Amino acid sequence: MITVRNLCVGRGGVALLRSVEFTADSGQMLVLRGPNGVGKTTLLRSLAGLQPAWEGEIAVDPEDIVYAGHQDGIKAQLSVSENLRFWAEVFGFGPIDAALERFGLMALADRPGGALSAGQKRRLGLARLAVSGRRIWLLDEPTVSLDSDSTARFGDIIRAHLKDGGVVIAATHIDLGIEGSVLDLGRWRVTGEDQSGDPFLTEGAF
Amino acid sequence: MKALLIRDIRLAMRAGGGFGLALGFFLIVAVLVPFAVGPHGDLLSAIGPGVLWVGAMLACLLSLDRIFQLDFEDGSLALLATSPIPAEAMVMAKATAHWLTTGLPLVALSPVLAVFFNAAPGAYLWLPVSLLIGTPALSMIGAFGAALTVGLKRGGLLLSLLVLPLYVPTLIFGAELARRGAEGAAVQTPLLLLTGISLASFAALPFAAGLVLRVNLR
Amino acid sequence: MSLWEYANPKKFMDLSGRLMPWLSWLTAGFVAVGLIWGFFFTPDDYRQGSTVKIIYLHVPSALMAINTWLMMLVASLIWLVRRHNVSALAARAAAPVGVAMTLIALATGAIWGKPMWGTYWAWDPRLTSFLILFLFYLGYMALWAAIEDRDTAADLTSVLCIVGSVFAVLSRYAVNFWNQGLHQGTSVPVATGNRSVDDVFFIPLVIAMVGFGLLFVTLLLLRTRTEIRLERLKALERRERLA
Repeated sequence: MITVRNLCVGRGGVALLRSVEFTADSGQMLVLRGPNGVGKTTLLRSLAGLQPAWEGEIAVDPEDIVYAGHQDGIKAQLSVSENLRFWAEVFGFGPIDAALERFGLMALADRPGGALSAGQKRRLGLARLAVSGRRIWLLDEPTVSLDSDSTARFGDIIRAHLKDGGVVIAATHIDLGIEGSVLDLGRWRVTGEDQSGDPFLTEGAF
Repeated sequence: MKALLIRDIRLAMRAGGGFGLALGFFLIVAVLVPFAVGPHGDLLSAIGPGVLWVGAMLACLLSLDRIFQLDFEDGSLALLATSPIPAEAMVMAKATAHWLTTGLPLVALSPVLAVFFNAAPGAYLWLPVSLLIGTPALSMIGAFGAALTVGLKRGGLLLSLLVLPLYVPTLIFGAELARRGAEGAAVQTPLLLLTGISLASFAALPFAAGLVLRVNLR
Repeated sequence: MSLWEYANPKKFMDLSGRLMPWLSWLTAGFVAVGLIWGFFFTPDDYRQGSTVKIIYLHVPSALMAINTWLMMLVASLIWLVRRHNVSALAARAAAPVGVAMTLIALATGAIWGKPMWGTYWAWDPRLTSFLILFLFYLGYMALWAAIEDRDTAADLTSVLCIVGSVFAVLSRYAVNFWNQGLHQGTSVPVATGNRSVDDVFFIPLVIAMVGFGLLFVTLLLLRTRTEIRLERLKALERRERLA
């Protein structure tokens, strides 16, 4: 469903990963691993279409993708259900009650976004995935500030999504207890000397 | 797009949304100027349309950075950029929401404030009409400026500097329309030009602003 | 071998490095001849006296103030379409030259305006247009200065330059409509051929205009070279940090 060929991505004028190659098919989960700063977030943002690839190709239908980054985009003045209903309308997908139920937000439905704890905000942010109706979930550290119950619950939700034929690509260090292939980004890492590409680093002094 | 429009209006109306900010500023300008220039009826009625146009423009300027900045900070903008709404439609929806919550109330308040300026009878019609036609352009041009500066920490001053020269044609034609209308002179030329600026802004600037937004989000 | 080869920083540096000395001398020659001839070897105008001689600074700088913006517009389009780094840096390098030319035109205009119209400043269409142009330059430079990432800054300033150009033309029309103006018509009409200035004044004026044009090109090359070196320095530092 998503195929990446010879991809090179970078951030702030610095190439981070080169010759990235992988494929994820329906029902498959990929876990991105690697030390801080290796380029997990940059890779996910590139897959989501937020930043252009330096070179290479990402073969995917952008209509399939939904992205969840570090920030949940929750409006403090809107209630939980208003926040979620907005995203459901944006993605043109059905009712929100099922998603509220699955993420354990039913009791909080009328609480304003500003009064949520960090973990509750995260759950609301992740509930957006369920109302998007999209098949490929790109998750950047999805379990940050979730307690162990919520983490387990989220693991179940991912499992259900995979069973429905979805794809999950997540950067996480937490074991969600799901069969998935681990992609170690370290092997594509661009090291010091190798990061030409900058037109101002051509040979010969000037 | 409709969902975004409704959400933005709702956010603006809720507490802390800054709905009254522009109105309050407009009111303050209109009340303070007569104190500064003196209570001369003729002078006030001559400068009235111009002062109220400048007041409306500054009131609009004051709230521009809210168009994208808050959504940028809490991550909504990046999430919206990966949603089915194209960036251009997003700009259109947000500029429209800004106009409905900032420009339109100014239009409604303007005939009341015209009283303070000893306005000629024509001003009660043509000042609101000129603002009604001109303020959409102010919102859209402002949205372009806000999109340019959205990634910057303290972009407020820069935003004003960038938008100021872009506002000049709208201000000239808008104030001219109000002044001519107040004096009972022919209004057709500024009326058509002002309408043209507003329509052209809404037709063309979403593309520039959308491009700029995508650059700022990457 | 196409013209675009020179968008490669190294090629551009080599070529511009060879051109610089020649251009500098040529510029110095034209500017010196134009200004000295204009200031000291033209008769006083029968009506304006010697105040007319400020024209040798005023007209060339006003001309270059506008042409600099046009050059920035072209460079911005080239950057957006073909993404040549030198093009983006050339646009950035041109802006301070343009703002200096605009300031010279405004200042000499004000000095000239006092004896001629009895006022330093009038809200005349041409003066107003230049004031707006000045604001555009300031905004453009401030936006470049505010953004750290080179590509982002180049993209944003390019779009601003294009949108700004449209609004600049609109403003020009708007201020014309708003005030018919004090400023005399142009002294140097290109198309019609009948000019209001006598040959005695006109020949040194043309030389001064060519001189200012050359001055712009020289300063632009010099500043672009500086910008390229700065970018190279930054790139080298970045490589050092990561190595």
